[in-house]
Parts: sequence; structure tokens; C-alpha cells
Amino acid sequence: MTTTIEPDTTPAVSFDADPASYKHWKLDVQGEVAYLRLDIDEDGGIVPGYELKMNSYDLGVDIELYDATQRLRFEYPGVHAVVLTSAKDRNFCAGANIRMLAQSSHPWKVNFCKFTNETRNGIEDASAHSGQVYIAAVNGTAAGGGYEMALACEEILLIDDNSSAVSLPEVPLLGVLPGTGGLTRVVDKRRVRKDRADVFATKSEGARGKQAVEWKLVDEVIPKRNWDETVAERAATAAARSNRPSNDSGATGIALTPLQREETADGITYEHVKATFDRGQGLVEITVFGPEGDVPDTVDRVHELGADFWPLAMTRQLDDLILRLRANELELGTWVIRTEGDVEDALAFEKVIEDFSGSDWLVNEIRHYFKRTLKRLDVTSRSLIALIEPGSCFAGALLELALACDRQYMLDGLMEDNDEEGAPAQIVLSASNFGTFPMSNGLSRLGSRFWGGPDDDGAAMAKLRQETSRRIEAAEAAELGLVTEAFDDIDWEDDIRIMLEERASLSPDALTGMEANHRFVGPETMESRIFSRLTAWQNWIFVRPNASGPEGALRRYGTGRKAEFDRKRV
Amino acid sequence: MSIDYSEKIPNNVDLAGDRKLQRALESWQPNFLNWWKTMGPAVPTEDVYLRTAVAVGREGWAHFDHVAMEEYRWGVFLAERNTDRKIAFGEQKGQPVWQQVPGEYRADLQRLIVIQGDTEPASVEQQRRLGETAPSLYDLRNLFQVNVEEGRHLWAMVYLLHAFFGRGGRDEAEALLQRNSGDLDSPRILGAFNEETPDWLSFFMFTYFTDRDGKYQLGTLKESAFDPLSRTCEFMLKEESHHMFVGTTGVDRVVTRAAELTRQYDTEEIGPHGGIPLDVIQKYINFHYSVSLDLFGSEQSTNAANYFTAGLKGRWQEERRKDDHVLTENSAKIDLVRDGVLTQDEVPALLALNSDLRTEYIADCENGLKRWNRVLENAGLDRRLYLPHLGFNRGVGLFSEHHITPKGDVVGPDVWEAKKDCWLPTEADKTHVRSLMKPVYEPGKIASWIAPPTKGINDKPFEYEYVHFS
Repeated sequence: MTTTIEPDTTPAVSFDADPASYKHWKLDVQGEVAYLRLDIDEDGGIVPGYELKMNSYDLGVDIELYDATQRLRFEYPGVHAVVLTSAKDRNFCAGANIRMLAQSSHPWKVNFCKFTNETRNGIEDASAHSGQVYIAAVNGTAAGGGYEMALACEEILLIDDNSSAVSLPEVPLLGVLPGTGGLTRVVDKRRVRKDRADVFATKSEGARGKQAVEWKLVDEVIPKRNWDETVAERAATAAARSNRPSNDSGATGIALTPLQREETADGITYEHVKATFDRGQGLVEITVFGPEGDVPDTVDRVHELGADFWPLAMTRQLDDLILRLRANELELGTWVIRTEGDVEDALAFEKVIEDFSGSDWLVNEIRHYFKRTLKRLDVTSRSLIALIEPGSCFAGALLELALACDRQYMLDGLMEDNDEEGAPAQIVLSASNFGTFPMSNGLSRLGSRFWGGPDDDGAAMAKLRQETSRRIEAAEAAELGLVTEAFDDIDWEDDIRIMLEERASLSPDALTGMEANHRFVGPETMESRIFSRLTAWQNWIFVRPNASGPEGALRRYGTGRKAEFDRKRV
Repeated sequence: MSIDYSEKIPNNVDLAGDRKLQRALESWQPNFLNWWKTMGPAVPTEDVYLRTAVAVGREGWAHFDHVAMEEYRWGVFLAERNTDRKIAFGEQKGQPVWQQVPGEYRADLQRLIVIQGDTEPASVEQQRRLGETAPSLYDLRNLFQVNVEEGRHLWAMVYLLHAFFGRGGRDEAEALLQRNSGDLDSPRILGAFNEETPDWLSFFMFTYFTDRDGKYQLGTLKESAFDPLSRTCEFMLKEESHHMFVGTTGVDRVVTRAAELTRQYDTEEIGPHGGIPLDVIQKYINFHYSVSLDLFGSEQSTNAANYFTAGLKGRWQEERRKDDHVLTENSAKIDLVRDGVLTQDEVPALLALNSDLRTEYIADCENGLKRWNRVLENAGLDRRLYLPHLGFNRGVGLFSEHHITPKGDVVGPDVWEAKKDCWLPTEADKTHVRSLMKPVYEPGKIASWIAPPTKGINDKPFEYEYVHFS
């Protein structure tokens, strides 16, 4: 019998990966098409206690997948299509490893699912915005998370060998959901009729051959003898549609060099991002440092700087920090977010992004990467509090950090006791705040903040647009509704302290639920539904005895004993 | 701006060095003075012989002089800090007390302070017109003393809100002046503080019974783990004892006069002779005691339990109690009516804290009764005054559903209706009491219905001109 790992004995997770040391993936670039082959090392689990049989995955496998998808976007401008397939015979992927799930603590399961979901969303983002179309070449059985990985691709090709099937066996076999987008994408993306989806998701053997095509679970079944050529053809066709630079254009990728960071017991420091832990208060103070001059005046200079170009470097560091804090610092329940730097410089860098993201593939990638990183913040189950103080640079794209927070506090005037002369805190709106970095609900953060319902005439947003490009100080920011409170120096310290302490005293579960409800208003998209509906239900099911109790389906799987359910429908 | 803060607002909280407090109080003070002018004592005076606290030491807290009331120096005083003080009860027992508001308890502490603060100006408003019918200058002066001290107690609560609760605290301080006793749109928080104090007998009863509830509430807050609140309440308790004194001696003197007239005319029907009959005094006791009991809230209270466990509000003389001060394992008995019979239930002690405090209060109330009965005894009268049963005339808690006589019999609504005029002041009683309320402003003179005090204020004689009219 496996036992549940206590969170504090779980080793810290690192999200660093490098193709040279991948344990589970083979990246094979052939001109405009890259093959990403899953070849899981059974003994390469990220924590001990299980074997990754049948190409089943754990968090470590997904960390490498995330790394590969990022490198394909930044290091391979010439790759126009990505074939996601398996290096194992007759076995595409069996999904998340069950023994791993059974032995994991609840927070570990939830974090794992969140991260894998974000990676699947990132794959769809690459197909949609990078001209790097993902095709699933399902050359063996794809079960559960394996099929969900395929669902994240634009096309699903299934080998027709009379045995390989696609399936979502979580409900019948494990008593949980296909929580990595499976249920959602089947009906939302592939438009499988809901009654068929119901049959499919309760039938452990899944579907294969013609039925799989007829039910729209896959796009095409291909006989084994034509498999490789047909997959190559489909990839070439997809690649031809891409707007990425052609291979003979001379475009070269930039190297995503290893992240430099200094870790101590009390924090993590990167060049542009710093996190200081306050374990007593249960919070982490995050500071994002703005750029310091040296604005590239040409797009060539951006390429030359590559991973050192401030927006990219900062985004990578912030992304890494978010992932580490989410996985490793469960008890730091409040993230206090500040920026520090020059407003003009921040706006100048942002202008580079604005000017070139339509025409330059790299700048476009940086824009979408920052967008995805902000989305990570949106679905982070921590209280996010922005403190806007003198010397900060919440301008344009960086203002999105504050807008992603649950509350924004702005210092009105200067701290009197501070000897330094300076300008009071200010924020600046720019075009970036009006749709460059949409949330998963399809709205900008400002659009979500001032959501006026489906019949909104857009007047409020039009009014805000008139406020762009000028410096807005605290009192006005409060009046415009851009910050929660504008405290002056006399109130600042006490009010912020009390607010943070009060926050820390509330139920962490209730806060997570409350924040997730407030952050997403208005329309739903497939992406928002995956987080708001699928994973929310999944996380409920995870804590129920029917799944994770000693007699629950997840714990009994593979023991030869049948799960015993509490039959009450709740 | 150079204001001598220690002169204008006597304090021991370093007001001169605290910019935050200065700003808060500067904007609040004009509103307070405006409130005092419109809602404070209605009788115009030039000056009044008042006690002003100018320091917390033995010498400083009782400084006497004639002062114009609007120039009264409402100060901010906390009892001296004990740097070793530890939390005496609840889950955090034994840990150092808090010098700042822990965010976790902000809402609860703010609520407790606001409720306490709301009662202070309320009584000033209730007593606003009493000065017009004062039975002597000595009594008029005592009324004003009580009024300015209630004002100072408001200041004390406002200080806490300003100094420790940020912007939210300032808003609450403002609201303390915006609610008014009896105001239809914006009344005081507690019901008892929305009734006008119509006559001086009611005033003495109020200061004896209702201010005594305040004393006990302050006593529980004095135990608080939030040290500034504790120290504030400790100092307020000193002043509160003067209010008790006004009540105790006030009723004492009414009883003394009633006894004199009863003997003189050999009848308890002393109304026609300008006195207040003992029977009416008893009815006033019945009324004021029972509505004051309601201020303790429900016998079983999860709020009180939470406050105790968190360390926000203790029991009366917590540190002298001989138990574990955590009370998770203890039980207590509460009184109630079941199947028409008075009985007791055993409940978790934590849930019965309101009842515990009320029990302490009742014992304290008995002392006054003994004193007044001694007056009757010395006068050779057989009648005795008494406290009615705790279930009598209750509007809050377990007894509010039942009718219980002053002697403690459970009766039906018909009996209650038939007899209640024997137990509670009737319109005729009140009309008679009001008819006696004629001002006596001549130094050394006193109204017919009350005996003069045995001594004056601060060793001054009764004839002293305590109040100068304008």
C-alpha cells in the first residue's frame, strides 16, 4: 500500500530543463518539421515511489515538455509544425502515472494538474499565435492524459492497427476526471456530441478506427504501412500554412540560456526579479525590476540581445519564480507584488514590443510569453496584492502585473520620513492594457475589471483609453478605479500591515475559491472553462474519499481490489 | 502650524510627536466640539467647577477648577504601561500582549471599541436637557462632570480608532458623532441608549445601573490582550467610579428624603408632600435594573466565547479567577424557564461568559440596595427596597419569552398585564416625578424631593457656587 507523501517531505521542484539532459523526450528537428517523441524513462520519476510504465508521465516529464515547447518557439524560428508522437512501440502515452497520483498529497496533485494544463494551453497558443502547428501522431494507445496531450494539438492522427485506441478511462477506472482538459476539449474543441462524449468518457477501452473518426475523436486513421509518410505529409501541409520565417530566410533562433538565480532559505533572487520570503507572515514580497536604459532601437538589436533582452529575461525569471513558489512554497499564501524602475524606460521597451510584434517572430514570441506568464498569475491560488509606491514602474505591460492582482494599493504622495526626494508613485496606461495580453476569458485585465456585461457599449473602456500615456497619481488612480485604495504616508504602513495580517488569517481554501471567482468575469472560453469547471471539479473529487480514501478508486487501482464507493450523490 | 498639543489635548500618548494622531484628531476635534455644542448640555453656563485629567499619576488625574465647558480639555490618557504584561486568558495565554492590532482581529477589536465608544456620547445626548431641572448646583455640577467625562471616554475610544485602525478607524470615529441618541435615521447602536433620560430619578438610576454595566464592560476590555485598549479602559474605570458615586448617592438622597417625608407625614403617600414615594422608587429600580441586564446580551453567546478565546475580552477580574483561563473544559450554569418553571442548564463555560459577567454585576448592584435599606432602617421604616428577579421584564435573552414577577414567579400574560403597573413606573408615576423637576439654581438650596449631600466636591461645602450661569 502506498502512503500519502506529506507536502513538507516533498523535495523542492526545479523547473530547469535542457534538451541535452532530457530523460523522457527526444527532440528531432527536420527542416520545417520538428518531431517531439515521448520516450519515458521508467525509472526517471521526479520523486521516488513509482515506475513510469507504459509511457506514463509525472511532473518531471511535463517540465521537459514545457521546456521543449518553449525552445521550439524561441530557438527554432524555422520550425513550422511540431509532430507530437511516441518513441515507444504501440504505446503513445498512458497519461499521468496512477501510482504517482495515488501517493501524492492533494497540493501536489493540484499543482501538477495546473502546470500540465498550462503546458497544454501553451501548445494551443503556439499553434494559434506562433505559426507552429502541433500535430498529434498517435502511433499507439493514447489513454487518459495521453489522449489529452493529443487533444491539445490541432490535428490528431491515429494509427489504424486494430488495437491502438484513444480513451479517457479516468471515470470508469480511477473515479476521477480526465482533468487536463480532456472532458472540455472533447466537446468544446472537437465538437463531439455530448451523448457520445458521455459514452466515450465512461468506456474504459475508448474508441479506435472508423468509430473514432466518426465520433470526431480523431481526424484521421492511417494504416500502419503508410504511417510515417502520411504523418510527414500532414506536417508539411500544416507547415506550409505557417507565417514563421522560412528556413531560407536566414532567421536564427535565440538561445534560452540557463536561468541564473540565487536561492536561500529566505528568498530567490534573479537579475530582474526578486522574491523575499516572510514565513512568519505567510507572505512573499516579489519585486520586478524594470529595465535600465539601453532601449534597442532596431529589431536586430533585440535579436542580438536574445535572452538578455529585458522583457524576455524578466518574463523568464518571473515565470520560473511563479512556478517555484507555487510548487515549493505552499504556506506563503500572499504574494505582495511591487515594481521598481524608471517609468519611461519601461514604456520604451514596451514600445519595441508594440511596434514589432506584428512583424518580427521573436518579438511576437516575447509578447505571447509575457501573456502566458500573466495568465499563470491569473490562475495562481495565492492572494495577489500590488503595492504601488514611489520609484515603481507599473506602466503599460508592467501595469498588467498590478491589474492581475486581487487588490492594488497606491501610496498617495511620498513617505515623509524618507529623506530621498522624488516623484510620488504613478501608473501609466498604454495600448498594452487594452488587449495585448488577454486573460483566459478573452478580455483584457482592464476589460475584466470594468466588465459591463454583454450589452456593454464600451464607453467606460473608451474613456479609459483617453487616459493612456500620461502619468496618473494615486488620488486620480483611485478615482478612475484603477487601484483599490490610495493611502497617504500616514496611513500606509498601518493599513497595509493590518490588511496583510487580516488576509493571512482567513481560510486559505475559501480565499482560493473566492479569488478564482472574482478574477474571471464575463465570457467563458474553452481555456477558462478548463480552469473554472474541469479542474475545480477535479480538485473536489480528489479530496473525496471515493477517490483518495483508503478504499477509493485512485488508491485501490492496481491492488486487485475493487473500490468501495459511498453511493450518495452530492 | 505650532500647536501646543499637550496644552490643548492633555495626553500621555506623545501626541506632539505623533503626526498621524495629530492629523486625525485635528480633523476630528472640530466635529467633536460641534457635536458638543449641538448635542451636549442645553443649559448655558459660563463655567463649571470640573475635574480635569491632566496626567495619569495620583496627582494629575483629578485636577479641579472652574472651566468653561466648551474649553474643557478632553485629554487622551492610558494607564501606565506594564512592559511585562502577558495575555491572561484564551488560546494565546502567556504570550506577550499586543502593542498593535493584529490584522486577524482587526474587525472584532474595531467592533468592540465602536460599541463601547457609541455608548459614551449617547448618554450625553440622553441627558442633554436634564440641567434645566437640576435640584441643586451641586447636582448640576455632577451632571456636567459625568457629561464631560463621557465625552472624554469617547475621546479615548476615538484615540484607539485613530491610532491603530488606519483609515477604516477614522471613518468609524466619524460615525460615532453622526449617530445620535433617539435619531430615527441614525440611532445609537444599543437600544437602551436611544431612550431620553426624562428626569433626575431616572438619571440617578441610569448612573447607578446602566453606567455600572459600562463599568463591567470596561472591566472585561481592561483584560484585553490588545494592550492600548487595556490601558485605556483601566484609566476610564477610575472616572467611571465617579459616575457610580453620583448614582449611588443620588438614589441614597432620594431615599433619605422619602424616608423623612414618610415619617413626617406618617404615610407612604408622600407625593402630595413633594416627595417621591418609596413604592415609585422601587418601580424605577425594577425598570432600570431590568433594562440594564439586557445590555449583557444573550446568556449563551458564541461571540463572547470567540472574543475570550482570541484574547480580546476577558472576564471580570480575570487574573484573580482560580481556573485555567482557557475554559475549554469547564462548564457553567445558566438560568432559564423550562415548562413554565425556573431551572438551570449546564452549558460550556465559554458560551456562558455573558451570564458570568452579569452575575458579577448583579452582586455589585446589591451593595447599593444594602446601603439604601440602611437609610430606611435608620429611619425606623419597615419597608425595604430590593432587586427584582433577573428574569423580570427582560427583552433580551432566555427570559424575554416569559413573564416573571419581581419575586421570581413565572406567570401568564394575563397576570402580567394585570399587575405590571404595580411593578413598573406608570404614566401617573412618571408624571408625578416630572412635576417635581423644578430647577433650584441658588447656591446651598435644594429641591423638595431630595436630601442634600453629606459633603461637597473636593472638600468644598454644599453651598459652594459650583456653576456660574452665563
